[in-house]
Amino acid sequence: MRLSGFNITSLTLGFAFLYLPMVILVVYSFNESRLVTVWTGFSTKWYGELLNNQAFLDAAWVTFKVAVFSSTLATVLGTLAAYALVRGGRFLGRTLFSGMIYAPLVMPEVITGLSLLLLFIGIGLERGVLTIVLAHTTFSMCYVSVVVSSRLVAFDRSLEEAALDLGCSPWGAFRLVTLPIIAPAVISGWLLAFTLSLDDLVIASFTTGPSATTLPIKIFSAVRLGVSPEINALSTLMIAIVTLGVIVASLLSKRNFVHQQQRNTVD
Amino acid sequence: MKRVVVALIPYLWLLGLFLVPFAIVLKISLSDVAMARPPYLPQFSWNEGIGAFLSQLDFENFTFLTTDDLYWKAYLSSLKIAATSTLLTLLIGYPIAYAMARTPEQWRATLMMLVILPFWTSFLIRVYSWMGILSQEGYLNQLLLGLGVISEPLILLNTKIAVYIGIVYTYIPFMILPIYAALHRLDNSLIEAAEDLGCSRAKAFWLVTVPLSRNGIVAGCFLVFIPTLGEFVIPSLLGGSGTLMIGKVLWEEFFNNRDWPVASAVAVVLVLILIIPIVLFQQNQQKQQEAES
Repeated sequence: MRLSGFNITSLTLGFAFLYLPMVILVVYSFNESRLVTVWTGFSTKWYGELLNNQAFLDAAWVTFKVAVFSSTLATVLGTLAAYALVRGGRFLGRTLFSGMIYAPLVMPEVITGLSLLLLFIGIGLERGVLTIVLAHTTFSMCYVSVVVSSRLVAFDRSLEEAALDLGCSPWGAFRLVTLPIIAPAVISGWLLAFTLSLDDLVIASFTTGPSATTLPIKIFSAVRLGVSPEINALSTLMIAIVTLGVIVASLLSKRNFVHQQQRNTVD
Repeated sequence: MKRVVVALIPYLWLLGLFLVPFAIVLKISLSDVAMARPPYLPQFSWNEGIGAFLSQLDFENFTFLTTDDLYWKAYLSSLKIAATSTLLTLLIGYPIAYAMARTPEQWRATLMMLVILPFWTSFLIRVYSWMGILSQEGYLNQLLLGLGVISEPLILLNTKIAVYIGIVYTYIPFMILPIYAALHRLDNSLIEAAEDLGCSRAKAFWLVTVPLSRNGIVAGCFLVFIPTLGEFVIPSLLGGSGTLMIGKVLWEEFFNNRDWPVASAVAVVLVLILIIPIVLFQQNQQKQQEAES
């Protein structure tokens, strides 16, 4: 199939639109001038300033902690929820349960944040890292559950039944048969939860207290006043990390795919 | 027995951290603002009993929402902004999805990854990247002034135009992916048949391609419309004080005015408005699944 001129134009313009803003951001993070939009010369000094800025480093550490804890917890809870929904058959309150899994996906963040904050105040929980972790776990477990259930729906249930017939306990069958098969979905669920947590501004702003500031909160309060060179440097670092992560992940999955293909042809 | 435990943990978690909090919002939306800590009355107490508590509830906050211009204007303006930007995203996203579905097979995986990649990058940073482009001394104005297209810098940042650009930019992957999914399944011989039977290219596109990608279009539109309606980050970074959106109003009501009952009432009404598109979206997805199986 050959691409027509129209299609080439829309692809070029489309991807330019998607990537140009970020390319500009990256390029200008190496600008020497404090006036961000005026190029005066190449310099890495904003990266130096960033690394000397204790407030940013602290916020990055808080964000990282929150993301690790909440995504791990969300993966466990989300996988359990998916298993219950797909394999649990009919149980009392199943409709409510699946409703509660899907609702947070479409609920505006301002509402999720507000409602959780009101809960934490109501039960007198002091706000800080713990409350952000609880909040992030709640909405990202729903994403994990959706990703994992799509994998659970697709796989052959007789494999589990065979394991049970051959004397496995239900937990053994889950650990030895189900988990290895759904592992890719569980891993991508964890990655998704991790990114969502790293990224979240609104829910964290509502549920945090004075003791914990995350990176998005810090960035937001800095950029409200306008464009700043330190934030450009920080953004570049974050874009670099994500790009690297995605490339590594896609290479790994490609290698797995090739392995599988080879195994299939050998069989 | 163990199965019950498996379902129970996430179930209880969501009850406690999703449903109960929402019930609290509902309750506070029916309370009065008060100079207290927390700043609303009545506070629920089991000693007085539910009857006494219920008798103190009122719909004052909801009537307040209808009397003060700010709120209904913000709801209307959010609906308008969400609808307009959904349409814009469709108009820009469709040709991209279409072209992706027409590229040779070996390119498609890479193009898909390129569409998804921005989604993994911070939303906040993607919105922020437009501040430098659109500001008065920004890159776009520099470029246009340099080319001599304009003689005065355009005012783009802190206008609705900037909000539209921000929404289209951040949500376009949600439009491209479902449309691409519908288009790449499309059987090319159908279009050839239409052309053989005397359709012009444009007519074949309009009569065959568009209807067959309808599900993708509908799904994409809802995926953009629903989250934009309650958007906060984009209007507050790009929209300036002139852009009214309900997510921003809720935030300001809560953090700046500290009026919790009104903020809660705003939230309840927003959920009620959202239920309609969400139910429609669900129905569309179900129909699609039934059609596929």
